[in-house]
Amino acid sequence: MSGMAEAPGSILVAGVTRRFGPGVAALDRVDLAIAPGEFVALLGPSGSGKTTLLRILAGLEFADAGTVAIGGRDMAGVPARERNIGFVFQSYALFRHMRVADNVAFGLRVRPRRLRPPAAEIRERVAQLLALVQLPELADRWPEQLSGGQRQRVALARALATEPRLLLLDEPFGALDARVRKDLRHWLRRLHDRLGITTVFVTHDQDEAMELSDRIAVMRAGRIVQCAPPAELLARPADAFVAGFLGEAMSLPCQVQDGLAAIEGFEPVPVAVPPGPAIAVLRPHELGVQRPPPGEAANGTIRTLRSQGAALRLGLEVGGLALEAEVPESGDFIRGEAVRVTIRTLRHVFPQLEAGSEAGRPPPGPGCRLDRDPVAGTCGAAGQRAPA
Amino acid sequence: MSAATEDPPWLRRLLILAVVGLLGLFLLLPLVAVFTEALRRGWAVALAALADPDALSAIRLTLLVAAIAVPVNTLGGIAAAWCIAKYDFPGRRLLTVLVELPFAVSPVISGLVWVLLFGAQGLFGPWLQRHGIGIIFALPGLVLATIFVTFPFVARTLVPLMQAQGREEEEAAATLGASGWQVFRRVTLPNIRWALLSGVLLCNARAMGEFGAVSVVSGHVRGETNTMPLHVEILYNEYQFAGAFAVAALLALLALVTLGAKALLERLGGRRMGGAL
Repeated sequence: MSGMAEAPGSILVAGVTRRFGPGVAALDRVDLAIAPGEFVALLGPSGSGKTTLLRILAGLEFADAGTVAIGGRDMAGVPARERNIGFVFQSYALFRHMRVADNVAFGLRVRPRRLRPPAAEIRERVAQLLALVQLPELADRWPEQLSGGQRQRVALARALATEPRLLLLDEPFGALDARVRKDLRHWLRRLHDRLGITTVFVTHDQDEAMELSDRIAVMRAGRIVQCAPPAELLARPADAFVAGFLGEAMSLPCQVQDGLAAIEGFEPVPVAVPPGPAIAVLRPHELGVQRPPPGEAANGTIRTLRSQGAALRLGLEVGGLALEAEVPESGDFIRGEAVRVTIRTLRHVFPQLEAGSEAGRPPPGPGCRLDRDPVAGTCGAAGQRAPA
Repeated sequence: MSAATEDPPWLRRLLILAVVGLLGLFLLLPLVAVFTEALRRGWAVALAALADPDALSAIRLTLLVAAIAVPVNTLGGIAAAWCIAKYDFPGRRLLTVLVELPFAVSPVISGLVWVLLFGAQGLFGPWLQRHGIGIIFALPGLVLATIFVTFPFVARTLVPLMQAQGREEEEAAATLGASGWQVFRRVTLPNIRWALLSGVLLCNARAMGEFGAVSVVSGHVRGETNTMPLHVEILYNEYQFAGAFAVAALLALLALVTLGAKALLERLGGRRMGGAL
């Protein structure tokens, strides 16, 4: 392995499988390589295995097969307490019987005597950490006296106290209201850029993943479907699931024949996909809406109208399907109007997989293929930041 | 509370009155009766009855049995509650039911079980006799029967609390580098301490007051294997009412002190934790 693989914050996951009882695997042969200092999101619907993967990294859960290496060292048999990984729980899991300062100091106080800093140093370190998370005045409060956002930051300070080589966050903003969530997001990203600590977080919120992370690992049914920087996921989704999960997307079944995709209600669109059933993924701005020119028939009806500043949001009904279109705020459409709906561009068409067939499953996306070297490999070097 | 779910005032008053009346009739009145009966012929007689060597021996034995049974059940109860609340394993439900078994079976049976196992005609009886080990009609039998009967108290108070608290604080402590013992000592124990104390006190109250199971294994040897409840019965059957009620009053007093301590601890705990008990 190259030198970078031994860097303290690197993660190498290979073929990790985890089953809870017989039946479906929570994780199914997952490969993932993360470079030191990276900020990576595990994104997927609930039940896709993302939290299980995070807990396996932390040593709170164990893989039935496969290996996890952190900082170049195989983690098999290494218990959570020896991994030096900061973990922030979705519910924060603050120690309810300890004041904020004692919560933050915990990781230092449980060290064996010879490694434990003196009390004065611990106090100082706690003060620094509380200043870092911008809560210096709350040191003497009980956890139950804090708001959700404050608890979140205390949990983060507690996790950072032991100077972990890796920070793992499980749905870090899940329990917060929308405004606080947005503020904390920006703050967390700035904090990461300042500390440069490798960070992996779990989310089901694509906006969150898009905004925060260098790379996103999109998960479904225990597998990483694609792992790439946000822009690349949008531009070149590996399959219909990724395309449909990211950004605002409508998935339409269609039939491809002779290089043309036939979508119900629309004129055939040329595509470069082998013939057979397929799924077309459309974004609202890829639809065009006009009054039907004379001599041409309308193919849709406007059901709802909503102005969004410069753009107009139209809820449409085309060939029995409900679609959303975003058009420039110019045409003075009215509700119930019959219009002509066209596909201006069709970027993403994917051959449909036979339901339930393992063979029909696509190979892991190009971003997930494991390389000898997690840094220089194929794992989306474009999104990487230099460790601070 | 909304008007729709609120009962009319007269009904509320009636229900409260009924409850208070029932409690008074079935709990308070007997208690008062015990104390008045004990002191009917004055303090001197009551104290003399307690100073009787057999009575003193019964008091000592009762305290000794409780002093052994309560710590054993405290540790066992914590272990059982920990297993049920924090681990997932096949048979977890069965364990939950087993913990409550002593509450479900009659105390007489709880005593009889030990006689069947360790009595002269019992499974291990002959072997024990050959080696000169006395369990039935001796202190070990009393302790075993008491432990069996009072086992559920600690476990049952802890299980719901530990289940509600979940595993995450312990997991957080582990990721922060705490060893198993540190996790228990610094995270688990502080989180359950008030419930634990309350369970221990209830366990203690029952350990001192248990009659049925203890009666079966004791043999009623005066001055040797008689605990306070057994001593009360003997005195009563011998028409020594003053003595019987004096010992009974002392037993009741121990129970009242225990309950008082429990209430006080719960209030203290409630205040300190902001009601997070």
